[in-house]
Amino acid sequence: MSEFLSMGGYAAFVWPAYAVTFLAVFVNIWSARRALRRARAHAQRRLGVAGEPS
Amino acid sequence: MDWTWFHRLASPPYIYRLAATLTPWFAWPAGLLIAAGLYGGLVLAPPDYQQGDGFRIIYVHAPSAWLSLMIYSVMATAAAVGLIWRMKVAHAAAASCAGIGAWFTVVSLVTGMLWGKPMWGTYWVWDPRLTAQLILLFLYLGYMGLRSGIEDTARADRASAVLAIVGVVNIPIIRFSVEWWNSIHQAPSVMKMDRPSMPAEMLIPLLTMMVGFTLYFAAIMLVRLRAEILRRERSASWAREVVAS
Repeated sequence: MSEFLSMGGYAAFVWPAYAVTFLAVFVNIWSARRALRRARAHAQRRLGVAGEPS
Repeated sequence: MDWTWFHRLASPPYIYRLAATLTPWFAWPAGLLIAAGLYGGLVLAPPDYQQGDGFRIIYVHAPSAWLSLMIYSVMATAAAVGLIWRMKVAHAAAASCAGIGAWFTVVSLVTGMLWGKPMWGTYWVWDPRLTAQLILLFLYLGYMGLRSGIEDTARADRASAVLAIVGVVNIPIIRFSVEWWNSIHQAPSVMKMDRPSMPAEMLIPLLTMMVGFTLYFAAIMLVRLRAEILRRERSASWAREVVAS
């Protein structure tokens, strides 16, 4: 396991590269879902319809 | 010729519902492929004979660089369709691409720097490929800045579409930069006409990651597209129906 984590001496470059990539992957999931939630909430208020509480 | 399919594609409620239906069909395969690609790239693939385990950065660098270019092409195409046929849904699609594309351009630059340091001895050089990729980031940021700077949505659509279309010239420059100029960046190892210069145990995880990232983009973009359509169609009667349920 520690051999895997050391990445043949390249750990300081490999793991940050993976970390920044998956940070972007999860931030984009989160922000897309937030954008949809907000757009729905705005539309509900504007149209005067009660949706499920979000 | 029957054009009803084209008119349906221009209809916000149809696209909104289609996007909602399609999202899980992209999201789940994306998750599975990315998980498989990670296992293949980090565990199954052998170390490179020159770069050792350092080469494994390719499994995040190449898919993000691919996304940065592919998303821009999708964005510019959607913007052109919006401009030519005055199709609001196409403008909404273009607007939904920009933020995701900018993120993955940053990822491709940062992962490239982290790969460059141990292999080239430097995080950054003003190399044609690297410089053109940085310009791609500025194109995305310029597109987003232009949109947010114009209050009227229809005007923002037209102005930003022109910017997106003009910026397309940068895409072949990035793609062919390593062939046209003496670049420090290595030549493509997957996206080329003859056989890829990689053994199958290295190549299959890479292709898996690239397909996984592409499907991931489709899923995220469809969620953003629904938000964007809803934001624009707030007073339409179909929107009332959609947000009430």
